[in-house]
Formats: sequence, structure tokens, C-alpha cells
Amino acid sequence: MNTHDNPNQSNARPGDTFFIIVLLLLAVCLLSQLGAETKFSARGKLFAQPRFWPAVSVIGMVFFGLAHLALVFFNRTKTTTQSHSTLSEVLTWARALEYLLWFLIYVQSVPVIGYLPATVLFTLLLAVRQGYRSKRQLLTAAATGIGIVLIFKTGLSVKIPGGAIYEYLPQTLRNIAIIYF
Amino acid sequence: MELLTDSLAILARWDVVAALLVGSVGGVIIGAIPGVGAAVAIAILLPATFSLDPIVGLTALLGIYGSSMYGGAIPAILINTPGTAVNALTTYEGTPMTQRGEARRALSLAYSASFFGGVFSVLCLILLSPVLAKIAPMFGSREIFLASLLGVILVVLAHRGQIMIAGMMACFGIWLNTIGLEPIQYSQRYTFGQSWLAGGIDLIVVVLGLFAISQAFVLLVEPDKRSKAEAISGGLLAGFKELAMYKRVATASSSFGVVMGMIPGVGEFTAQFLSYTYAQKSSKTPEQFGDGSPEGLIASEAANNAVPAAAMIPLLALGIPGEALTAMMLSVFYVHNVVPGPGLFQNQMDFVVALYLALLILNILVVIFLLFSTNLLLKVIEIPTRFLGIVVLTLSFVGVYSLRNSPVDCAIAAAFGIFGFILKRLNLPIVPIILGMVLGGIMEAKLRTSMMRVKTPLDFIDRPIAFILFLIILAVIASHVYGMVQQRKNTGATSNDR
Repeated sequence: MNTHDNPNQSNARPGDTFFIIVLLLLAVCLLSQLGAETKFSARGKLFAQPRFWPAVSVIGMVFFGLAHLALVFFNRTKTTTQSHSTLSEVLTWARALEYLLWFLIYVQSVPVIGYLPATVLFTLLLAVRQGYRSKRQLLTAAATGIGIVLIFKTGLSVKIPGGAIYEYLPQTLRNIAIIYF
Repeated sequence: MELLTDSLAILARWDVVAALLVGSVGGVIIGAIPGVGAAVAIAILLPATFSLDPIVGLTALLGIYGSSMYGGAIPAILINTPGTAVNALTTYEGTPMTQRGEARRALSLAYSASFFGGVFSVLCLILLSPVLAKIAPMFGSREIFLASLLGVILVVLAHRGQIMIAGMMACFGIWLNTIGLEPIQYSQRYTFGQSWLAGGIDLIVVVLGLFAISQAFVLLVEPDKRSKAEAISGGLLAGFKELAMYKRVATASSSFGVVMGMIPGVGEFTAQFLSYTYAQKSSKTPEQFGDGSPEGLIASEAANNAVPAAAMIPLLALGIPGEALTAMMLSVFYVHNVVPGPGLFQNQMDFVVALYLALLILNILVVIFLLFSTNLLLKVIEIPTRFLGIVVLTLSFVGVYSLRNSPVDCAIAAAFGIFGFILKRLNLPIVPIILGMVLGGIMEAKLRTSMMRVKTPLDFIDRPIAFILFLIILAVIASHVYGMVQQRKNTGATSNDR
């Protein structure tokens, strides 16, 4: 789904029960921390308590999570093949972690080597990683990186600081690089 | 008349015109690319619009929102892949028409129906404005609380077959909103002693993670898809003439779009479903549905294009977003200290009418653009999906990092990206999280304010609108429970028959 999720869609995939159990465990952990992580003052109405809405939300999460699992339990049609599919689904989730790492490295590199070089490197290397290795594809990837920088930093002046490496450029070039790239 | 001229004066600026052009053309292009969609584009562009005037930023975002569904019809008709999720029903009729050599007719009908739906809803909005301006001030804290509660309930119940999970996600969203320093006694909530959590979790960071970064992960992890569509020859104006033959379906579908768009938490899918069902039931040729029926195509496109303008009503009149995209737009208002709600209708009606007019103009711009550039747009359908993933991930960085240059925000967004990726893989709902976050904050503030003025619980609903909203909430829950019981009975009867 790319714009909104379709409310009429209910065909869950293998792994959904596993995911809800993990989420439910998280909710139970949060519920156990309710007393320590929120304040309840002796005076003041219940609805005005700082603890009220965290309690409503966390109890709601636990309730709906348990209700979902109860429904799954009563309508269960589990087979061994499905547990295999659950494992393969969980492994697919793990594959996305690689790109999370790529993204975080990109984030860390921008203040060091600058937005333009970091973006061009990011699009180029990620293109290679995705199997786009022809000259045309790599040129397109680099041009995309340059285009994004030109639109957002040069054109729309979005707040992205200049790279530390720009300090080593000659004065005039340094100013231009910091402001526009 | 004076109001109209004031509103036109707001729009008569080069930056607003540029925003309209960029938003409408950009929206069509984004909509035509399967796997991207308006939510991703709006999430990415949101921080960039903060430095612009509210009318400029909102016009650009509205342009993307209102025009993406036009673009989404192109791949839905030509390659059986909806450009945006709400064009899914269009594939049922558009693809068979393409297969029998009527691609040009299908596209032309889709454009004209979309245009009709878009313009119809804007005109309804303009006509409704005086009524809304009278009703909106009757909404005090308790009415806004009840309307927000109704929004949360509706968005949960709208996820048929996934209600428990949708409820869990809505509660998760409400919880996310409570993190950080609370505004009553300035105590920390769920910060676990971490200073980076003291300021709370920014809605835009979550939106970018759940919509944009997660979509990039989906595109990067899944196999590369390349599509090819045949070029269209000939003009695309004939559909406007043909639409006149189906004006009943077009009007009814647009009306469904307007009504469903106004109700928080319901939106395009229900509008489309209702209008498609209506069109089929009232058709003289119902057997053609699913096999290339022009009526089905008109019902789908008119209904979904009527929603964006109508969805602005609860946002502008009450400050309550009905779905994820208007929730994102709410942050543009807040950043500029423009508080949507009853006051906006009373004090800045020219601004509201200017937004309506912008929507009207963008529909005209989009149709003109599409009439001349459909074949050019076929090129964007051919972009390989993994390459799109690279672009979306790179753009997501701009969205998150430009907020406050915080690597922590980027890490949080990336974590929500993984979370959203899993939800998308499992077909689990994402929108309740966003609405929970936005409406949770509104409910907390409004309940606190209103409870200070009531002595007994019954006082809470002693005003007419509060009472009506309370009855609607009860009716919605009761009708849902009744529907579930009936379904159980029918299922039981069917299994006994076997």
C-alpha cells in the first residue's frame, strides 16, 4: 500500500501472529513501567492526570493485542508449512536492516563529507548494490543524487549543514559549497 | 463577492501559482509511478514546505494530494497496476478495456470522471462554507473531543477483518503522542531517563518512517519490476462527451466521495466501494462490471477524486484530520501558527476559500496537463522499482534531516521505517497509528479542558452537538456489533447447511 492502507484488505501473511505477539510483549512491558514512567498526583481529576492517557493507550494496546490473539486461537488453521513461512518472512524483515544500515551511514557521512558528495556516493553505491552496473545506470544514479541536492539544498534552501571537509576548500569556494551543496 | 476577490488576491502570487503548478504536475507524475504515491511524496516534502508561506506550502501539498489519483489511473488502466492504492478498483474495468483495444477511451473516461468528481466536491465545499461557518463555532472542547473520538472509532472499524490490530495500532499512536514532557504538570512520560525523548517523538519523523522509508525498504528488498505500456494515439477529449451519458453515476459517485470524505477515518476506499456497488446495482448492464464497464470506471474515479476536497472539511472546520494525508497537512498549519478549527472559518474565511479555489484550479491544470502529456507519463511507469527505492530513501533523508539536523531523528525515522516495512509486508494497517498520534493529542487537551467545566458525566453531553455526536458514536458501535452478530449467524447457517 502506498498512499493509505486499504481498510477492506484483511489477507494477513505468515508472520502476523508472531509480530502481534512481539508487539503485545512490548505493550505489557510498557504497562509494567506505567507507574515508574508517569506521574499521578494526589490532587486533580482523573482525566487531568499525566498518567491518564498513557494508561488508556497502553491498556488499549494490551486489550486489542490479546483480543486479536484470542481470535487467531479460535480460528486457527496453523500447519507446519506456515511456521516455515513465518521464519522466511522474519528473515525478509531482517533483510531490510541492511538498508537501515546504509541509511544511517549516509546520515553520519553528510556532516563529514558534505551533502553533495555523500548523496552522490550513496546513490551510486546503492545502485551498484542493487545490481545496476552499466555505465548508463551509474550515470543516472549519480545524476539523480546531484539533482536531489540541486532541488532541495540549492533550490529550496532546506536546512542541511555543510560538510566538515568543506573547511579545506579555498575561501570563496568554501562559502559556495556550504550554502549551496 | 468581496470574499471571492479577497481569496483570489491570496492566490494571485507567483509563488502560489508556482506551487499549484509544481504540486499538480508533480502529483500526477508521482501518482503514475506504482510504488510511490501521494503519502510518500507529501511526507518527504512536508519539512521543505515549513519555510514557505502557509498558502504556498498547503497549495503544493494539496496539489499532490488532489492530482495523484489522476496519475494513478494511468498504470491502473494500461498495465493493470494501480499507481496509488485508491486506483485499485479502476483496474477491474480499465484493464479489460485496454485488452480489447479501448485504452484511449478508458483513459479519457477516467480523466473526465476524475475531473467531474474533483470539481463537484470543490463546488459542494464552496456551497457548504456558509453552513460550516455557522456550525463550526458551536464546537467547543467537548464537541471536538467527541468528534476526535468518533474519528478514532471510525478509522478502527473501517479496517474490516483487522479491527483488533487497527485498535492496537491506534492505541500505539496515542501512546507515541504521550512520550516526553506533558503539558499539565511538566512531568516526563515514558522517557526512561533519556534526554532525547524529553521533547517527544515528532509526528513528521514517524510519518516519514512509516510511509517513505518503509516504502523505500519495500522497493529495495522486493524483486525489481519493470513495466512497459503501449503509447496512446489520438485525443483524449471524447471521454468528456461520453461522461454526459453517465451523469447519474458520476453525480452519485461524487456525492459518495464528498460524504465519505467529510467523515473522519472513512475516506476513498469506502466511497469507492459504495459508489461502485451503487453503479453496478443501478446499471442496465451489470454483467459488464469487472469486464470493462465504463460505468464502473466512472464510479471508481469520480468517487476517489471527490474525497480530497471533502477531507479538508473536518481539518479546516474543526482541526480534526480524517486520514493520514490531512494529518500531515495539519503540521503545516501548526508550524505557521495557523490554527485550523472554528476560528479559521470565522476569522480567515478568505484563506479557506482560497484553498478551495486552489483545488478547483488544480483540477483544471491537471486535466490540461494530462490531455497533452499522457504518452510522456508512460516513461515514468518504466522506471525500475529498485531504482525508485534508492530515490525514495535518498529523498527521505532530506525530509527527516532538514527538520532539525538531528541524526537521532533519522535513527528514529529509520526504526519506524522497519516497523512500517513489516506492517506493509503483513498487510497490517498504518493509518491508525498516525491518526492515533494526532487525534490522541487533541483528545487529551480537549478532554482536560472540558472536564474542568462539567460536574457530572451527563453534563458532558448536555449541549446539542455533543449529544448528537455521542448518539452517533453509540450508533456506530451498535451497528458494527449488530453487523458482526449477523455475520456470525450467516456463517453458522452456511456451515450447518454443509
